Amino acid sequence: MSLRDFGPNEFMFLIAAARWTILLALVTFAGGGAIGIFIAALRIAPSRPLRWLAIAYIQFFMGTPILIQLFMAYYGSSLLGFRPDPWTAAAVTFCINAGAFFGEIFRGAIEAVPRGQWESAKSLGLGFLKTLRLVILPQALQLMVPPTVGLMVQIVKTTSVASLIGLNELTRAAIKVNTVTFEPFMVFGTVAIIYFALCWPLSLYATRLEKRGNGKIQAKVKLPRLMPAS
Amino acid sequence: MQNLQFGPVFAHSDAFIDGVISTLVLAALSIFFGTMIGLLGAIGRSYGPRILSAPIGAYVEIIRNTPLLIQLYFVFFTLPLVGIKLSSNWAAIVALSIHLGAYAIEIIRAGIDSIPQGQIEAAKSLGLRPYRIVRHVIVVPALKAVYPSLTAQFILQIMGTSIVGAIAAEELTAIANNLVMQTFRSFEIYIVIAMIYFVIVQSASLLFAGIGRLLFQWKA
Repeated sequence: MSLRDFGPNEFMFLIAAARWTILLALVTFAGGGAIGIFIAALRIAPSRPLRWLAIAYIQFFMGTPILIQLFMAYYGSSLLGFRPDPWTAAAVTFCINAGAFFGEIFRGAIEAVPRGQWESAKSLGLGFLKTLRLVILPQALQLMVPPTVGLMVQIVKTTSVASLIGLNELTRAAIKVNTVTFEPFMVFGTVAIIYFALCWPLSLYATRLEKRGNGKIQAKVKLPRLMPAS
Repeated sequence: MQNLQFGPVFAHSDAFIDGVISTLVLAALSIFFGTMIGLLGAIGRSYGPRILSAPIGAYVEIIRNTPLLIQLYFVFFTLPLVGIKLSSNWAAIVALSIHLGAYAIEIIRAGIDSIPQGQIEAAKSLGLRPYRIVRHVIVVPALKAVYPSLTAQFILQIMGTSIVGAIAAEELTAIANNLVMQTFRSFEIYIVIAMIYFVIVQSASLLFAGIGRLLFQWKA
């Protein structure tokens, strides 16, 4: 007994919801990337307290489930006297969380650039930030690409967790459609195919980039393995 | 701005302990089953006939490119349709095991692929039987090679259990949500839960590292 059948309308409803998943992933990618640059810079900064700060940040966001971080942002903000809408809470949490992962990727790439590059830049009279910007980053950039594409896959999958604070993205749309049609095989099968269509090309691309390993520096930067609940 | 009040939170410490136990049981069972799937799947994928390795490859790709939450809902809602009635907790264990299995296949396969063909040929020429070859020449060295990646995946699995509250399975996060509704101390409860997960994750890392030393120390 169900209220309606799974037809073209329901299918289009799911497709339409997928754009919020894509949007959230893109926001996370941009925001997380920006935070990641900052975290990576702190992580390799000459000052020790700054490095500790970055390590604590990375440890916390990689070492606790993202769902808890999300709940803390969404329900816990009431302590500060305001209640964010699900979109704000999810976007902020995912950006901050992804920042830790991007930070580790960027750091790995930066550290893969040979030490001698730093030393020669220093002997030429360049400061820390200038060395980073003019000498190290241009070389590290090509090492960052494969793990960054891999992280993008994780981000797309992780956005599904935002459904648990009531954000109307693909997974929550699936739950709604399932409630009225009760055809879970069709509903979740379709949604799985949509996620797969978003993620698989990226996965293949990441694998290809990794195998090709172009660039002058022969080092591989691994995607950090710890990505909670994806 | 309200004040932080941890009193109501610690008044429910027995609920937290229940939650930790449920989470650890969920994680342990799904890690066990997932690793079994991973081991058999990886052997089947590397050495089995094409009719076996192709479906295993498809399974790995499908699971690795869809969210755990969707897998969870799929298992929870479709199994009863084919006549398998499971409690929320068992549905969660099934979904988590299927999820980990795919990652474990991929990881263990990388280890199996790292074993030089010559080792297997040498074992054959020494007259070892197939079971001995699989066990001593393939599986144990492969597991040793990928042990760090595999345990990192186990850690992920522990954190992954946090979302199974979505199908009303009982674990730490779900219990935390109940407590939030009772006490309204949301921030305090979630920060405590975050710390509990953090401690679980760090202790599990240490534990896995210790187990790794014990297991592989004398096996060159």
